[in-house]
Amino acid sequence: MKTVDTRGLSCPQPVIMVTREIVGGEKQFEVLVDSEASYENVTRILDNKGYKFSTEEKDDHKIIKAEK
Amino acid sequence: MSKNFFKSRTGIITAGTLIGVIAALLQYFGNPKNMGFCIACFERDIAGALGLHRADVVQYIRPEIIGIMVGALLISLIKGEFRPRGGSSTVIRFFLGVFAMIGALVFLGCPWRAFIRLAGGDWNAIMGILGLISGIGIGSYFIKQGYSLGRSHTQGKAAGYIMPGFMTFLLALLVFNFPKLFTSISGPGSMKAPLIISLIAGLIVGGLAQRSRFCTMGSIRDVILVRDFHLISGIGAFTLSVLVMNLILGQFNAGFENQPIAHNLHLWNFLGMMLSGFAFALSGGCPGRQLILSGEGDTDAGVFVLGMIVGAGFSHNFAMASSPKGIGEFGMWGTIIGLVFTFVIAITMTQKRKTA
Repeated sequence: MKTVDTRGLSCPQPVIMVTREIVGGEKQFEVLVDSEASYENVTRILDNKGYKFSTEEKDDHKIIKAEK
Repeated sequence: MSKNFFKSRTGIITAGTLIGVIAALLQYFGNPKNMGFCIACFERDIAGALGLHRADVVQYIRPEIIGIMVGALLISLIKGEFRPRGGSSTVIRFFLGVFAMIGALVFLGCPWRAFIRLAGGDWNAIMGILGLISGIGIGSYFIKQGYSLGRSHTQGKAAGYIMPGFMTFLLALLVFNFPKLFTSISGPGSMKAPLIISLIAGLIVGGLAQRSRFCTMGSIRDVILVRDFHLISGIGAFTLSVLVMNLILGQFNAGFENQPIAHNLHLWNFLGMMLSGFAFALSGGCPGRQLILSGEGDTDAGVFVLGMIVGAGFSHNFAMASSPKGIGEFGMWGTIIGLVFTFVIAITMTQKRKTA
């Protein structure tokens, strides 16, 4: 599965990186985020684009597993 | 109220409305006209109080700024979002802050104040907002091409407390009336709501903006870049709420002429805000948002804030700041050099992404 690592990047870069995967037709990927604002922005765009996702909490970041 | 309330559409609209009400009330309680909040102007006033410039009409430690940052710190501690971090092209961010301030002082306001001025009937703000949109548009173009200042990294706890600590220290200087502070006895710097009201207003706005991610630059960027209208609904609510409050409080006065702390040189209103908007887009937030991020422990945002404070010093010392009489003697040069700088940063920090 493809991993999009957005840790340490500030918005909107995480959103842009995820949008690229969506536009590229990726059906299944995971996103690493380490700020709440990025988490909200990324999950909002996944929601809007009809992806389902689950979140796994790690020590200092979250893993969003997205699927369409 | 659910955990996610301020992240919802209703949440951001509620936050925007409340911030607007508070902004209008601050004017009612004594802040300068159409300046309930102006992050750039207030940081400039702080620079003045510290003697970084000697424009004696704009010197005051504005408690709103302190409140916003400390409010964001407190709420992010409570919500477990306080995370000391930094190291993403810090010195570039410092100078983006310097030039963002120079641009803002050519226009005479930060983006928050641009919308407040609009809601007060100051039509000169329209050129400023158009400039802001173009600056953010240019920045967004580079972001789309792969512009990045690089990743930040986790830092020690102390790093995250430096900026809120500095702000608290400034508050102590103000409260204990440190005799060496520079204090305006006339002009905008002397117009202020009572300290306690300003401070509490700042704390509330800091909390609201932290929870809702309220950001003027981000709102316009998200529309341009990803057609996301979430944040801009908050800015719309904010502007509308200031307008309604101004009408209620008799603070609305429409026109181009004789607007408070404003000039009507359309080209420079446009270019000043274009420079600011471009610099905000490259650094990831409007001045208000940078205060919030600083409160959350983002030391890169903290350096941007310091850049703005130092920029205010340059701006007034070197006659680049505008006044109601028009632009400063060297305002044109400041704007041009700023635009050259931001373009060079945007171009050199854009890495063509590999096409797979």
